[in-house]
Amino acid sequence: MSSPIRFDDVHRRFGAREVLRGLSFRVEPGEVYALLGRNGAGKTTAMRILLGFLAPMQGKSELLGSDSRALTPELRARVGLVSEGHSLYGWMSVDDVLAFEAGTRRRFDLAKARAMRERLALDPGAKVAALSRGQRAQLALLAAACGDPEVLVLDDPAMGLDPVVRRELLGVMIDLLADTGTSVLFSTHILSDVERIADRVGILHEGRLIVDATLDDLKRRVEVRFVRGGTASELERVVPRCLRAAPRAGGHDLFLADVADDTRRALASLAATERHGAVPSLEDLFVELTADDRSPAPETAEVTR
Amino acid sequence: MRLRVDPTSPEPIFEQLVFRVKEAIAQGSLVGGDRLPSVRELARDASINPNTVARAYEALEAEGVIVRRQGSGCFVTEKGSSLATNERKRRLDALVQRLVTEGFHLGFGARELRDALAERLSATPLPPRRDS
Repeated sequence: MSSPIRFDDVHRRFGAREVLRGLSFRVEPGEVYALLGRNGAGKTTAMRILLGFLAPMQGKSELLGSDSRALTPELRARVGLVSEGHSLYGWMSVDDVLAFEAGTRRRFDLAKARAMRERLALDPGAKVAALSRGQRAQLALLAAACGDPEVLVLDDPAMGLDPVVRRELLGVMIDLLADTGTSVLFSTHILSDVERIADRVGILHEGRLIVDATLDDLKRRVEVRFVRGGTASELERVVPRCLRAAPRAGGHDLFLADVADDTRRALASLAATERHGAVPSLEDLFVELTADDRSPAPETAEVTR
Repeated sequence: MRLRVDPTSPEPIFEQLVFRVKEAIAQGSLVGGDRLPSVRELARDASINPNTVARAYEALEAEGVIVRRQGSGCFVTEKGSSLATNERKRRLDALVQRLVTEGFHLGFGARELRDALAERLSATPLPPRRDS
């Protein structure tokens, strides 16, 4: 089976603002891919392009082998989507939502949905409008998950949820993965969830992926060295495989992926030193790699419309 | 039995799981013939990706620590490692070398290292092994 999700050199601009500048990555069958990035990094834009809601200006994306711009209703039925707003009608009850899904989606498993609703202790008669944020997120994920999707796209499903509810949500996702081997693309900024559930991590920054690696590789492959003096842009240019040079007192921390001979030579000529306790956590990495100390970007919300 | 993992540790989760299972066997809390939780149960219990659990079980199976029986799950093997004797000796030697090196750098001498190992073995005796 070919990759159910593919981005190939996708570019997208909103007015003068370049949001995606050559985004390329794949999600393989059964893989859980976490797309990370700061607000405005382009995560939602990427997902909207993937789902065919927005056209790329250059390059293309594919969903289940089809160009995103030509998705048929049959293909869409094989995809589950949970978006930031949890697009549910407020006047519907919990069971109305499930009945609606069952009536509109052929692959929807109503019995399974009711069993999950029971386990999550969602009141079948409660109106969506009266549910908490966490309950709405659970209902949206449940609705998406019970349509037997081959691909699940989750745009920040955990936003604004407390840790207990997030854990429940993670449980729903784990069950789904165990049952079906669905491929999942999800965006989030809750890195502890990523560390639990992701097979692969992409870090989106300034419109491109600056990291695209399995979580295990990321933990093993990234090393940190310290160099006195220098400028960040110069160090990033002269040290091969330097993901980023982060300013520190008196010099720079170099975040290096897959240190090889050429990297070692460059490090030796710069008299780089080991940094004590230098196994960066995913959070350290994310913060350092996406910090805006050189080209401050406006702190705008993600442009989606 | 609960298998604890720390997702924030630099050690990959699947390696942690492999070690936790081996540890539980070495401490006698899992014995030959015991059934391990299913991939789904363990993933749910530890809140981790089922793919990761499946990978850990595959690694344990490849080393002969557990065996998968079609339809009924994974079980702790009676015999232990299926690796060749030479390979087992080589791995043990590497572990001892590591213990000696790290122990030395922590400031301990030969006698203290020997005592520490003996103390550990008497505090948590290894469960009996059927000879392979």
